[in-house]
Amino acid sequence: MISRIYITPNGKDSRAELYQKSFNSLDISDKVTSIYLADSYLVDAKLSKGELSQASAALTNSKIEKSSINVLPPVGNFSFICEIGFLPGVTDNVGHTAIEEISDVIRRKFTATEAVYTSRLFFISGKLSEQDIEKIAYSLHNPLIERFGITKKSAIKNNTLPLVVPQVKLPKKIPVIKVSLDVSDEELIKIGKEGILDPRPNGSSGRADNTRRGPLALDLESMKIIQGFFKKLKRSPTDIELESLAQTWSEHCKHTIFANSIDDIKDGLYKTYIKGATNRIRKDKGKKDFCISVFSDNAGGIIFDKDHIVTHKVETHNSPSALDPFGGAITGIVGVNRDTIGFGMGAKPVGNTFGFCFGYPRPNASPTGSSGRADDRRALFRDKELTQKMLPPKRIIDGVIRGVNVGGNCSGIPTVSGFARYDDRFRAKPLVFVGTVGLSPRKINGKLAHQKEAKAGDYIVVVGGKVGADGIHGATFSSVAMDSSSPATAVQIGDPITQKKLSDVIVKEARNLGLYHSITDNGAGGISCSVAEMAKECGGAIVDIEKVPLKYPGLSPWQIWISESQERMTLAVPKGKWKEFNDLMESHGVLAVRIGEFNNSKNCIVKHKGKVIMNMPMEFLHNGLPKRSLQTEAKIKNLSNPTLPKEIDRTKYLEALLKTGNIGSFAWMSEQYDHEVQAGSVVKPQSGRGRLNTDAQVIRPLLSSDKGVVLSASLYPSYSDIDTYHMAAASIDTAIRNAVASGASLENLAILDNFCWCSSYDQSRLAELVGAVRACYDYAVGYGTPFISGKDSMFNDFKGYDEKGNPVAISIPPTLLISAIGVIPDITKSVTPEFKVEGDLVYVLGETNDELGASEYFKLLSKDDITRIGRDVPRVDWKKNKKIYQALEKAIAKGLVASSISVTSGGLAVALAKASLGGMLGATLSLKKLPGAFTSSDAALFSESQGRIIVSVTKKNKSSFEKTMKGIPYDILGSVSKSKKFIITDKKGKKIVSTDIEKLKDTYHSFSNKMK
Amino acid sequence: MKNKNTKIIIMSGYGLNCEEETKFAFDKAGGSANIVHINDLIKEPKMLLNYQILVFPGGFSYGDDTGSGKAYANKFKKHLAKELEAFVSRDTLLIGICNGFQIITNLGLLPGGLMHNKSAQYIDRWVDLEMPARPKRSGGGEVSPWLTDIKKISLPIAHGEGRYVIESEQYKEMKRTGQIAFVYTKGEICKFQNLKANPNGAMHDIAGVLGYNGRVLGLMPHPERGMFFHHRPDWQLQKELYKRKGKNLPKEGPGFQIFKNAINYFKK
Repeated sequence: MISRIYITPNGKDSRAELYQKSFNSLDISDKVTSIYLADSYLVDAKLSKGELSQASAALTNSKIEKSSINVLPPVGNFSFICEIGFLPGVTDNVGHTAIEEISDVIRRKFTATEAVYTSRLFFISGKLSEQDIEKIAYSLHNPLIERFGITKKSAIKNNTLPLVVPQVKLPKKIPVIKVSLDVSDEELIKIGKEGILDPRPNGSSGRADNTRRGPLALDLESMKIIQGFFKKLKRSPTDIELESLAQTWSEHCKHTIFANSIDDIKDGLYKTYIKGATNRIRKDKGKKDFCISVFSDNAGGIIFDKDHIVTHKVETHNSPSALDPFGGAITGIVGVNRDTIGFGMGAKPVGNTFGFCFGYPRPNASPTGSSGRADDRRALFRDKELTQKMLPPKRIIDGVIRGVNVGGNCSGIPTVSGFARYDDRFRAKPLVFVGTVGLSPRKINGKLAHQKEAKAGDYIVVVGGKVGADGIHGATFSSVAMDSSSPATAVQIGDPITQKKLSDVIVKEARNLGLYHSITDNGAGGISCSVAEMAKECGGAIVDIEKVPLKYPGLSPWQIWISESQERMTLAVPKGKWKEFNDLMESHGVLAVRIGEFNNSKNCIVKHKGKVIMNMPMEFLHNGLPKRSLQTEAKIKNLSNPTLPKEIDRTKYLEALLKTGNIGSFAWMSEQYDHEVQAGSVVKPQSGRGRLNTDAQVIRPLLSSDKGVVLSASLYPSYSDIDTYHMAAASIDTAIRNAVASGASLENLAILDNFCWCSSYDQSRLAELVGAVRACYDYAVGYGTPFISGKDSMFNDFKGYDEKGNPVAISIPPTLLISAIGVIPDITKSVTPEFKVEGDLVYVLGETNDELGASEYFKLLSKDDITRIGRDVPRVDWKKNKKIYQALEKAIAKGLVASSISVTSGGLAVALAKASLGGMLGATLSLKKLPGAFTSSDAALFSESQGRIIVSVTKKNKSSFEKTMKGIPYDILGSVSKSKKFIITDKKGKKIVSTDIEKLKDTYHSFSNKMK
Repeated sequence: MKNKNTKIIIMSGYGLNCEEETKFAFDKAGGSANIVHINDLIKEPKMLLNYQILVFPGGFSYGDDTGSGKAYANKFKKHLAKELEAFVSRDTLLIGICNGFQIITNLGLLPGGLMHNKSAQYIDRWVDLEMPARPKRSGGGEVSPWLTDIKKISLPIAHGEGRYVIESEQYKEMKRTGQIAFVYTKGEICKFQNLKANPNGAMHDIAGVLGYNGRVLGLMPHPERGMFFHHRPDWQLQKELYKRKGKNLPKEGPGFQIFKNAINYFKK
């Protein structure tokens, strides 16, 4: 029996007003005159009348809401109803909670066929055309995951909306098929690129209807190896075997570009330069080595104190976020949370970080607002028929922000650190970085907590959510460029509450009771990857695939095996502990299921109803993929400088820079993120009277300890337009400098790398990659900051069409995100960037050179024309900088520094302006004795030379501060003033910047205010 | 009730998430707090008798699905209504913080309800709070035990559904009986960061509500996130000012007083 429960708020609904405003901003000339909102619950269950009204009462807070059953709610006048709900099979979190609530009041569980489907209703009045309604519909829903229905008032029957449920109905299929590889190379290529051909369902005749199951992302060489392997076995592979190989061998899982030899680098980039750097640093550090677990686990771990490890991991979730920004981002954040829960025997997430690279939001937030790439307003489509429209940047931005918001906030993990960058080359493939810091004991029950080993005989146990078709081909999908064949089922929606329950019971209880031997996350590739990975620890596994709990019937074994349905972890539970483990899970409302057993058979076997459907030697599964050698060929770039302004005054350029999204405040994001939960907030995302966004944040993950964790991050995608070696060097230098400027020590600082590249089979892109990775080695070793974890996403390219059907290809600029994490002994020693007290002296540390290439200033002057962004990209001299950072560390440790801000994008003028507006204190500054080889005021103000920090110091501490700075380049620029004026004079004493702090603050916040 | 070792039960489960730091605050104030999963309490409801303070901490129980606090309150009501009634009729204290406040209004312990913020957006920031002048109550104590020695206090908020709503008749009654614990006001932090006083459009600027002669407190702000001095948004400026006066930086933040008050209540 299907019934509909409607719930509406009593009185004024603030959401309705905002929707009305937003609808009318869609260029439909204020035709919407009123809106009422209601929630609808379609209940498909055998309930008596009494039970139904009990259910309705449970779903209503009678103080603020009213409800009705199978009768439209008594809202005001309306012309039509818009209904937005999920497509069949898409995770409906609210529906799940409703089921729990209703089960509780009727005192029985829902059967497998009973369900609740939620949707949101908009009762809209106004004379709207079909086109207007279409616009509203487009603004409200994402057709990839949601359904949209319109019911005109005149068409309503029986005073209720139709009672039809969006149930998943999968056609009956042959559960397992054999895939003949005895075919032409052409067909092999097709299987690899587009997927296995689906056979016709039972009973129908003739050939398959030519639908393929989606990309395996296996090239001909790999397909040939697989062909040869099965030839030797004298059989064809089953679909699940082929799918399993595709998952395990995917770029996403095996990182072949970093693993394979490249030019004369035999051991590949990762082993030679990234791991190579860490190994060397650890050796150099000797007894001072603070690394505990690097590269081998889901996250990297360093020493926090004698009893605790702190972990960090940063992931990207780019492709899914382009298609479904909310689902993609939330899945990303809860996914990286699981990397933490899956570190060692389980770490508790204590902080989330984010980093977004977006296209410029239109129409009014572009930096220049004129021609050129910065004004790319074209609509983009994935297909030639122009039916699959890409979302515009603003939609992506809003969705991604909300995804990270819901993911972090609902999980009770503070979102402490973040940034956003804009470049139109990110408009079709945004970059969504999400990271999680965790805390784990060093020992649990006397055993090292970062070590784990599944043992032969342990049960394979999956805990958390159930499996659906969502997220199929996620790992292989992110390994190819996005075009019309990108599967929509690759998009999943995370459920943070299911995961929170799982996280609590694992990290806070089961772990300490010693109820399992090993644990890992189910991310890319689902259980096919997690089981195969853990089986390495003991030497084999056998799985009964039908034991995996499903969201709905009809899934084929191969789908169950590789599905990336969220909130699941795989554990190795010793048989003797199973009962205790399962009882504990049950008492916390967490689903745990035994799906098989680990063994030492050297094979990974999957059975379906007793029949073996996959039998794969572990060796071939993990090491069978072909080794290749990659070649590079560098491309020469022809670049020139933009035209410099003629006038002397640079105030308006400083203000223009503060207005850009790359430099201005992102308060509107920071304020939506709960950064204070867990009560460990020390240096917040915003600081000072002027609410300046901080470049590094400090948390106190263990409230009983005074120790803190400093987090920072940096990236300079634009520098790649000139040189990727220096791009990577600047990213490392800035991440380190940001951390040191707020109180971290080089001695105790680790870094993480996230490469987001494009067209990675293109030899010139590979040459750029080699450049960046070499810099990683040089600078990590130079500073003594080891890499502890990293990830890459190598194909951030879009291939599609514009409105006229012309082909469009957009690749992101090669991007390297460096995240830094450091442990500090005393949180009260940390320093924030804004000026504190008038009269304090303002110092610059480090040298300013003519390094304006690809700077924010040159991008502004060139209107983002990449051929005119200059040549002189900042170069990092780590030997010089290291001395500066060590001197600053000492000064901060002695308590001599009142404020400290790292000079980054926008240069000196921007850093000074930020320190001033952050403290809402003016400053009078002169560039007369500014250290460095700069030759113009443009360079003095806006060069992005690395290694510089602005600090303010009380006059009383002048001599002890200068003593600490002995031997490094520094100068006093001026002092903090009580007046509201902000003035900079040039070498000759002429005013080149003159404004006031109120203006600076408003300008700094203008981008954020527009985005609210 | 005189008691040397005040025992506090802090509810957990289904997405509540501030239980650990709330326990830390109560323990630091001299209490002895236990975190108990709702299912464990349902299994053994008698354990409530061992406690003097019941806490519904902040979080996102059931992800705010079907309405904030609703599902958790439903579960509590369904299985523990009698025990809850018995608990509040003893000389005990009860507090609901943020999601906990949403839960206890859904439980009917306090009047009013909490709806979506006026901005329809989640917000994390600090607010300034003021105790409204309260009428002398006949017979009973004048001030809630939770609020002893507090006239003004600044605390952080973080919520999407914190707009307090109340019918006008009920509001009058609350005012008359001194049931309004806190109202949002423009105080030192709002002035420091140039923020408006009322962050969510709450009716009559109400941020916290009292019941049961002041023994039950529900509030949107999070006192546990303001228990340390370094929690304050202006602590770095204060640090410089203290240093220059030759003074040590304080350790306690404004929120800690609320926990001390609760523990002191049972020491008197």
